[in-house]
Amino acid sequence: MLKTDNTSRNLCIAFVLLLLVGLILPNWLAFLTTIALAKAMVVVGLVMLMRAGLVSFGQGLYYCLGGYTVGIAGQHLGITDAVGILFVSAFIAGCLAALLGLLLCRYREIFFAMLTLAFSMILYGVLVKTSELGSTDGFNVAKVTLLGWQPSPGQLSLVVYSLACLVAFLTAFFMHRYYQSGMGFAGEAVRENEIRVEYLGVSPQRVVFIKYVLAAMLAAVGGSITAMIAGHVDPEMAYWTTSGEFVFVALLGGTGHVVAAFIGAFLFEVIRTIAFDLAPYTWQMILGTTLLLVIFFLPKGLWSLLKAKKVGGNNV
Amino acid sequence: MSSILETKGLTKSFGAITAAANINVTINEKEIVGVIGSNGAGKTTFINMVTGYLKPTGGSILFRGRDITGFSPRQVTRTGICRSFQVAQLFPELTTLENMLVAHAMLSKKRLGMQAPMKSQTNIDTAMAALSGYEIESYADAPVATLPQGIRKLLDIAMAMASGPDLLLLDEPTSGVAIEEKFGLMDTVMEAVKRSGAASLFVEHDMEIVSRYATRVIAFYDGHIIADGPTEEALNNPEVREYIVGSELHLQKPEDDQNAEN
Repeated sequence: MLKTDNTSRNLCIAFVLLLLVGLILPNWLAFLTTIALAKAMVVVGLVMLMRAGLVSFGQGLYYCLGGYTVGIAGQHLGITDAVGILFVSAFIAGCLAALLGLLLCRYREIFFAMLTLAFSMILYGVLVKTSELGSTDGFNVAKVTLLGWQPSPGQLSLVVYSLACLVAFLTAFFMHRYYQSGMGFAGEAVRENEIRVEYLGVSPQRVVFIKYVLAAMLAAVGGSITAMIAGHVDPEMAYWTTSGEFVFVALLGGTGHVVAAFIGAFLFEVIRTIAFDLAPYTWQMILGTTLLLVIFFLPKGLWSLLKAKKVGGNNV
Repeated sequence: MSSILETKGLTKSFGAITAAANINVTINEKEIVGVIGSNGAGKTTFINMVTGYLKPTGGSILFRGRDITGFSPRQVTRTGICRSFQVAQLFPELTTLENMLVAHAMLSKKRLGMQAPMKSQTNIDTAMAALSGYEIESYADAPVATLPQGIRKLLDIAMAMASGPDLLLLDEPTSGVAIEEKFGLMDTVMEAVKRSGAASLFVEHDMEIVSRYATRVIAFYDGHIIADGPTEEALNNPEVREYIVGSELHLQKPEDDQNAEN
C-alpha cells in the first residue's frame, strides 16, 4: 500500500550536486540559479497556499520585506551576518503575517487574492515615498559576512549561492514532509470542504492562518537571498507584477510536488533571460505565450509531465 | 437509562418565521430515535441547532448536563456529538482512504502534525479498519468524486463516527440512495452505531425505515413536536397520521391488499 518515497534521498543528492556544480558554474549562471532558488522559496510558500485553494497576489510584500531587512540591517544597523539576517527577516515577516493573517484567514478566493495584493501595494507605496530608503531607486545592500568571515567580492557570489542551496534544500526537505503530514492534508481538506473540516473539530481559519504565516516566512527568506546576491533592493520587489511572477512560476511548475516550484523557478529565469536576449522590447510576449501554452496543454504544470512519465513507467 | 442530550424550550426564528418553537427533547444513552415530519417542519433546524450550525434564538441545549448552547460546530464535535449530512460532505478530490485518514487526523486529541506523515502504516490500518466497519474498504483508493451516492453516504457517516462520539445525528441518511439499497445501508450504519455504543437520532421520510430501526419516534409539525414516544405509538398518533404519515399508514398496505383479495 505504501509507495516508497525517494524524494528525501533525491533531494540530498541534488543538494550535493548543486554545491559541487557551483564550483564550476560561470558567474552569470550561478547568479541566475541563486535568484531562481530564492524565488522558488517564495513559490513553495505560494504553492502551499494554492493547495489550500488560496492564491496570494501579494507574496511580494514579504519578498520585499525580506530584501529590505537585509538592506537596513547592513546599511543602518551594521548587522551583516547572512545566516543571522535570514532568521531575523523570517521572524519579522512571520510577525507581520501573524497580524495580517488574523484578517486574511477569514477571506477566500478573489477576496483573499485582492486583499493580499492590496497589502503588498501599501508597502510599495510607503517605500516609494520614503526618501531615506532611496524612494523608487532603492539602495545598495552591504556585503554580507558568514559567521564573522568576510568573503572577498569574488567569493561572495559562491557563498550566497551555497547558502541559497542549503536553505532551498532544507525548505524542500521539510516542506515535502509537510505536504504529507496531517497539517499538509488539512490544506486540501479546507480547499475541498470547509464545512466538513469544521465538523471534524478543526478551524479552517486556523489552518489558513498557519499556512499564511509559513508562506510569508519563506517569502522573506527568498527576498533576503535575492538582496544578498543582487546587492540592491528597490520597491519593485513589492510591486504587484513581482507577486504575479510568483503566481506565474507556481502555475508553470505545478502544485503536485515541492520540487515543481524549483523546476518552475529555474525554467522561468532561463526563459526570461533567453526572451530578453531574443526580443529586448517584446520579451513579455514570449513569457505570456509560454504561460498560455502551459495553461492550455499542462494545466497541472510541468510537474504533470514528470508524473505522467512515472505512472507510465510503473505500468510497463 | 440516563439522558445524554436535553433541550429545553429550544426556539429558532428567521425574522417573522418560526422554524422551531419550544422544542423539549431528551435523548437517552444508546437510544435510537427516528425524527419524522414533512418538509419545513423543523427537523434539520433542530439538528443544526444541536450541532452548532445555527444559533438558537431561545432555549438551551444540555449535553451530559453541560450547557452547550451557542457552541460552534467544532466545539460541539469535541464534546462528543457528531452528525452526517443530507448531502454527504466529503473531500471530493481525495480518495476514500484519504478522507478517512484526514478525519482520523483531525479528530484525534493530538494537534495536527507538520512533519509526521499522515499515511503511516498505523494510520492506514486504523482508517482501513474504520472503512471495513461500514463495508466500503474496497473503495479505499477511489477518488470520492467517482463514488456512488450510497457509498458517499456511508463514508460521510464513517467519518463522523471516527471521533467515537456519544451521540450521532443523521440527517436523512437514505436520501438520494436507490430504494433497493436503503435497507442495506441502514443495516450497516445501525450495526456500526450499536457496536460503538453511541445513541443515534435520524431524520427520515421513509416510514418503513423509521419503524424498522427506531425504538422511539419524535414527530415534528410546523416547528413543534406533536408526538414523542415508542415508535408504534407515535406512528399511530392521530395527529401524526393526519399531518405526516397520511391516514393510511403504508406499512399496513400488504395486509390491506390481502384483505382486498379475499
